[in-house]
Formats: sequence, C-alpha cells, structure tokens
Amino acid sequence: MVGIVDYGFYVPKHRIKVKDIATQWEKCADKVELSLRITEKAVASTDEDILTMAYEAASSFLTANDALKKKIGAVFVGSETFPYAVKPTSTSLAEWLMLSHDYLAYDTQFACKAATGALLSAIGMVKSGDISHALVCASDKANARPKDTLEYSASSGANAWLLGREHVIAEVINWHSYSSDTPDFWRRAKAEYPSHAGRFTGVPAYFLHLGEAVKRLLEKSGTKPSDYKHVVFHMPNGSFPLKAAKQLGFTKEQMNAGYVVPLLGNSYSASALMGLVSVLEVALPGDKILFASYGSGAGSDAIQLHITEEIDKKRKKFKQSISQKEYIDYSTYTKFMNMK
Amino acid sequence: MNSIIGYYSTQFGELWDKSLDDLFLEVASGILEELRIETKQLDAIFVGNMLGGVVERQLLLSAHLSELLDVHIPIYRTEAACASGGMAFHSAHEYLKSNPKKTVLVLGAEKMTDITASEITQALATAASHKEQSVGLTFPGVYALMAQVYLKKYGYSEEHLAAISVKNHAHGILNEKAHFRRLISIDDVLESPYVAYPLKVLDSSPISDGATALILTNDPQMMKNRNIATILASESATDTISIARRRRLDEMESTKVAGSNAFKLAKLRREDIDVMEVHDCFSITEILALEDLGFWKKGHGGAQAKEMATYIESGNNLIVNTSGGLKAAGHPVGSTGIKQIGEVYLQLTQQAKKRQVKNASYGLAHNVGGSGGVAVVSILGV
Repeated sequence: MVGIVDYGFYVPKHRIKVKDIATQWEKCADKVELSLRITEKAVASTDEDILTMAYEAASSFLTANDALKKKIGAVFVGSETFPYAVKPTSTSLAEWLMLSHDYLAYDTQFACKAATGALLSAIGMVKSGDISHALVCASDKANARPKDTLEYSASSGANAWLLGREHVIAEVINWHSYSSDTPDFWRRAKAEYPSHAGRFTGVPAYFLHLGEAVKRLLEKSGTKPSDYKHVVFHMPNGSFPLKAAKQLGFTKEQMNAGYVVPLLGNSYSASALMGLVSVLEVALPGDKILFASYGSGAGSDAIQLHITEEIDKKRKKFKQSISQKEYIDYSTYTKFMNMK
Repeated sequence: MNSIIGYYSTQFGELWDKSLDDLFLEVASGILEELRIETKQLDAIFVGNMLGGVVERQLLLSAHLSELLDVHIPIYRTEAACASGGMAFHSAHEYLKSNPKKTVLVLGAEKMTDITASEITQALATAASHKEQSVGLTFPGVYALMAQVYLKKYGYSEEHLAAISVKNHAHGILNEKAHFRRLISIDDVLESPYVAYPLKVLDSSPISDGATALILTNDPQMMKNRNIATILASESATDTISIARRRRLDEMESTKVAGSNAFKLAKLRREDIDVMEVHDCFSITEILALEDLGFWKKGHGGAQAKEMATYIESGNNLIVNTSGGLKAAGHPVGSTGIKQIGEVYLQLTQQAKKRQVKNASYGLAHNVGGSGGVAVVSILGV
C-alpha cells in the first residue's frame, strides 16, 4: 500500500477581509464577495516566506521523530513564489528539518499544481521501492498586482506530505494527469506580479483541464461521482470549484469538507492540498476521496484516495487552528507583502 | 438593381480557439456552401476589418484571403473603425452600380480577444483624434461626454439609458449567434460598475470575436430561386475625428447626412421602415441614432427609450436591433456593419426565426465609425 503516511499544515494567523481590499479600490464589496465567494484570505507576515511556512508545516509532525526523518529519501517543494530564482528551497528545508543528507531534492513549479506533480512523482518512487519515504511540501506567499482581481484571492499557506508504504492513512489508488499548452496565467522571469488572461482562465483552462483529468480518472478507475465521500478541487476562487463539481456530477455535500477558500483564499500551490488537509480532519476509514489540482499553463492532477484505519492516529485539528486569526488593514497588507 | 442573396454569420463571442484566418475561412466557406456558389462565380471580394494589423499584426488582408480561398480576383479591404463592415458593404454596392452582371462577396471579421482589455482599448482608441488620445480619452470617455451632455440638456437620468441595454438583451436572447443570451433588468444596468460616468459596464457593448458575410449581385441569373432583398440605398458621410471640433455633442452630423441622403435615394418615409439595426456601441448611441435618423424628435429619445418603444413585443411599427444590437449580439468591430445588414436581410426575407418581425418590408442599417467620424446608412426592401 502506497500513500500518505502523515501530513502537516501552516496557515498564517493574519487575515485581510475582501471588503477591505474592495473598499480600498472603491469597488462594491458585496458584489466582489458574491462573485468570488471569498470573504477573507490568509496573509503571511513580513518575516515569513515559503521556506518558513513549509518548515512550519513539515516540522509540525516531523521534528520529534529522528528515526523517521533519516528514512526520507526525497524532498520536493512546489511553489510559484520561491525566494530564489536559482538556489533550491528543498535543501534548505531538509537542512532545517535536520534530515539526513541522503535524499534527492528539487523544487517544482507548475503554477497552482506545482506540488501535486511532485507528489505523484514521489508516489512513483516510493512505489518502485527506490526510496521508503518522501516529503513533499506545497507553499506559497501568493502575490497579485494591486487592484487586480487576483488581489482578492491570492493568499498564503503551506502543507507538507510524508509519503510511504507503511502506516498509510490515505492510500493513493489511482491518478490521471491532463495537460496542454494553454497560457491562461503566467509570471515572466523577473516580473513582480503574475499576469492572467481574464475569462480565458475559466472554460478553456480550469474547467477543461480539471474536468478532463477527473473524467478520465473516473473512467480509468471504474468509479462514478457518487462513489466518493469527499471531493476536493483546486480553489482559485469560491465559484470555480462549485461550478466544476456541478458540471461533473458531484454534490455540494461532497465538496463541503474541503471547501476552504471562502475563509483562507487561494494559497496557490497549497490551495487544493489545504482542502485535502481539511477533509482529513473529518474523513473516516473506508471513505473514498477524489482530489484534483489545477495549474495554469495548464494541467490538472486528479487523484483517487482511500482512507485507512490509520487516519485516527494522525488526524490534525485544522478548523480550530485556522480560527485563531488576527485581522490586518490594507496598508499593513502592503507592508507584509512587500508591495512597492 | 443590386440585391443581397444570402447572409452567414459565425457565432459571436469569446472564440478562444479561432484566429482571424479561421473566422474568415468559416464565414466565407459557410456562405458559399449554403448558397451553392463557387469561388469562380465571384467577381470581387470586399472585406471590412479594423484591427488585423494591431491584434494579429496582419495587414494585406487581400493576399491573405487570396491564399485562404484560393482566388485571384480583386479584393478590397475597408477600414473605417467600427464602420469597417458598413463601408465594405457600401463599397461593394458602389462597385456593382458601375459593373453590370457581377457578383461579390462582402466579409466582415474581427479577432479581438487575444490581447488584454487595456491593449484592445488602446487599439480601438486609435480611431479617435490623436490629440484627444494623448490626454487619455478612450471611446468610453468620448461617448460618456456625449451622454453627459444629452442627459443634462434634456433632463434625463441614467435609467433612460439603461432601458436600451435591457431591450437589446431581451432581443439578444432570441438570437442563437449572440454573444450574450440572458435577460438583464434596469437595476442590473444601474448597479453595474461605471466605465466612464454616466456609462456603466452594462451600457457598453462587449469585446467580441466574430465574422459575417453577404453575397451581393446585380446578375439576374444569380438571383433566381433565392431569397432576395433589394438595396435601395447605401450612403456614407463623415465628420471631424476630434469631438472638440464638433458643433454639438448631442447629435452625430454624419448620421444625419447619411440618413437623409439614404431616405432621399430610397424614396421612402421614416414610417415606411419596419425594422432597423442601429449602432449601439453604448446605450446613448442608439438614442442619438434614432433621433439623428429622424425617427424621434431631438431630445425625445430618452423618454422613448424608457418606454421600450422599439421592443419586438411593444406592438409598435418600428422594431430596433432585433439581433440584440452591438450590446447583446456582440461587437466584433469589422463584422458589425455586415451583421446589421444581414439581420435586416433575414427580417425582410422572413428568415429571422424567433425574432421575426411580422410583415417587415423595409429595413435600415446604421453603422458608426469612431465617435461619429463615419456613418453608413443602408436601406433595404423586398
């Protein structure tokens, strides 16, 4: 059995309300909230970046277990806001976590699915027996050009995933990835903020890729939407995942547990996986989970997971943790995000 | 007599998977196949396009079309901003007047959604005075100034403007090729964000992709067994490019001149017209058009608009913008003028399906370039 052995998360305590951003730009806050279905988003502070957040997420379950740490044979970090263009974050993270030095490390980027591609690669490596454990982290301090629609959603957060063959809490049963050259969202080298192609990010990008990945996974696995207890789709905003779910035949109830975007925003590479963190808090042994990330550019990784009896030993208090928060105003937000 | 024997339109909207070439090819092959006409039966092609050189960096569209359609006949490209399509039609009509027994293809196409909103706004602004552009005036700003003058001078409110969009969306829902097919209310319009005061998002036509085509002929053989509408007039007129140089901002001189000349040539009265497609790039434009074409007295348009006097279910004798207008059907600029004439053709030949206006015998199409720097008014009859 190969799958998730343990996991951790980190959501910064600071939040900014969407209405405060809307008011800043003289937009109708109610309409923005209604359209994006986001009320507030998490914001990393001045002294936080994707490395500190990835460390917080991974160390939350790894620090006390030296024996386990030495077994980790691969460390991958997925993000779209790496602090360095050249210099791996994954090695810094491994060093901070005091892992062995016998590991394969690399950073991955593929917009908001930067980490799920790495996660599937790691699953393959564990499955092959080349390594026994892999650590995959998703972490982003997502920024957006001031006044851009993205500013309402781009948020901060990280999660970390230990993959292995023993004591698996969520078995990876099957997966399918669907990709094409679709330029819906990008950030060129040295550009401060990402650019996007407005509505083009919808039908031909998010909905096509995520939809195809999910449909092909269902076909490949011989399952149907009603077989799944929980469904998590990437959450660039609050409306896209709900609309995709409806189109693909899933219910609002199946989406509920993993639908975290209204209160956290879109933490890019950590966004869909944060939904999975939320699901794991309530999932029961035997539950089937369908997870699909989406990365602009574009691709979607759809993964079928089965929850095992081990889940009760590893369950994390996600809801309680994210309820600890402190609101900031727009000027503090610009300081935290180092906006010039 | 010069006649229209067929019309074809692509879907209008955000056509992500189609280039300008794809649109040209789809619409040209579409109309030729539908009418069972071969390219060798064509004597010339007239094509309306504004932004090929900007959006796709493609000029010399004549050679492009020659390659796409495998023809070596004369191909004339017209550029008159949003009246590029109307001018292509007008030019084709003039060509036929001096060339007997000829058949021509008239195309209009525009690809607008492959660049950002700010880039396309800038590209469209090239049809404004460069002096006015340099101080930051874009088309929404130009039309907003006209709207401000109109509302203030005649004591109307934004609600009067909003009724135009509401009516055109109600028509657009009946047009399967329209960019937007949903009903909107006065409140929807009033609550939409301002683009340039007093004009809001829902007072404004969208950025659309699309292509349209007509076949015109004066060859009696080609007219046999076809649905025919006769071209009674197609007149164009011009005005200053700078709005600062206009005599008035509550009217368009080019529309008045082209309209008046077209009615004289067609020997028709205003009340003879049953259906019209008029330029509604912004809600204010439709009100000004109805007044400047002589259908409503100057200053009365606001009240008429609010009463939805030209709605298909109004019971009145003049129905305007059954296609949904630029507002709901979409506004691929080079294509719009052809679409307007095509819609009138469909109405007069009883092919307008759910939006058919009963007993329509005469129709008018009104196409504006820039802020009124060019106007083309064409009148058709059956």
